[in-house]
Amino acid sequence: MATDLLWSPMAYYRGYLTLAVTPLRWLMDVPTRMLTGLDQSLSDRDQLQLDNEKLRSDLLLMARKLQRLDSLTTENAHLRELLNSSERLDQRVLLAELIGVSADPFSNQLVINKGLNDQVYLGQPVLDENGVMGQVVEVGPYTSRVLLITDVQHAIPVQDNRSGFRSLLIGRGKGRELLLNHVPDTADIQAGDLLISSSLGSRFPFGYPVATVTEVIHDPGQAFATVRAEPAARLDTSRHLLLVFTPQQQPVPPVEEAVVPKPTASQAPSSTTPDPEAEVPAVSEEDS
Amino acid sequence: MVAPPARGSWVILLSFMLALMLTEIPMPEPMEWGRPQWTVLVLIYWVAALPHRVGPWYAWIVGLLLDILQGSLLGIHALSLALVAALMKSLHQRFRMYPVWQQALLVMVLVGLYQLLLNWGQALGGAKSDSLLFLLPSLVSAFFWPWIFVLLRSIRRALKVS
Repeated sequence: MATDLLWSPMAYYRGYLTLAVTPLRWLMDVPTRMLTGLDQSLSDRDQLQLDNEKLRSDLLLMARKLQRLDSLTTENAHLRELLNSSERLDQRVLLAELIGVSADPFSNQLVINKGLNDQVYLGQPVLDENGVMGQVVEVGPYTSRVLLITDVQHAIPVQDNRSGFRSLLIGRGKGRELLLNHVPDTADIQAGDLLISSSLGSRFPFGYPVATVTEVIHDPGQAFATVRAEPAARLDTSRHLLLVFTPQQQPVPPVEEAVVPKPTASQAPSSTTPDPEAEVPAVSEEDS
Repeated sequence: MVAPPARGSWVILLSFMLALMLTEIPMPEPMEWGRPQWTVLVLIYWVAALPHRVGPWYAWIVGLLLDILQGSLLGIHALSLALVAALMKSLHQRFRMYPVWQQALLVMVLVGLYQLLLNWGQALGGAKSDSLLFLLPSLVSAFFWPWIFVLLRSIRRALKVS
């Protein structure tokens, strides 16, 4: 137990241990798969035709949006060239299927059917069609485990899509509730705002929807406002998930993860000597 | 004294595999809280019936598998199961004499102990519970005990596991 808690490369080796239970996992998924198969083979013709029509119209709508997206993307690239900033690359994705849900009511985790053999890596972001679901915390050869954003152990850096206000979104472990951490009472945030991933911490790619703010409570007795949010992704109903390969991150060997980042020496003197330039807020606008 | 030949190891293994699967199979959210602890029930039965074959070490291995399966802190299920097995091993002679309802009561205590230990382990990992709802499985498990007991005993007698 102590090994698992304190020795960080253990997260890397745990993946191989899952090999022992992979056959069990597969067996457990059999009833679900049979039910889905039965459902598909028993659905009648009219229903299928209806579905087909609906999907076609959806496809048309999406295609229209995509046409605009293409032109916008090129325009964006041009503008970025003009600004001499780096171009954002389109990320490679991998489709994975859900094969298990955590049976423990205290943890919100999923098991998916992709692993080391498909180049899945620790800390890889996981999305569904509506938004960010979580990240990979354990990679086995054929399966991996995903920590959802609603788990108590999960936090994700986000920013308000409307105002650009940045904060940390923390899981609560109960249902679909999420909490924004340390929001000043004066921050520009209101119910209904969309929170997108801010890519600070360079784990999640920028700009994917994460959650919508459901309520903002300003309590005069408290130092910070209480901001609750609800995940955008359908965490409990999606069976197909997307694994995103962020371009700058490759599978990290376990030894590098154990290195504790040292506090930089340049930060210490600036706090003691008053520096007028340090107060200029322009630095905070860089990545929005 | 010559030890009796071990027969039907596969029955014990298979029952544990089934229990592990039942423990991990997805259920609707409200029912998760009252899920009977199949692994503990099966373990209690085998320790009571064949204490010379299934003991704390056996429980430890099963617990490790459960840890890997659930992605919990490695060893916490193993430790809790081994403790239940050790307690059961010291109690098994009295346990066999009890009527079934009294056995169910003892099962409730053992599963409750198991849940407490697990909760302690989960608190190490950061997940705290704010109610005593996590003890609910011990009640449900006690309720399921008579059926498990009768089922496993008939299987054991039919297949002559000793």
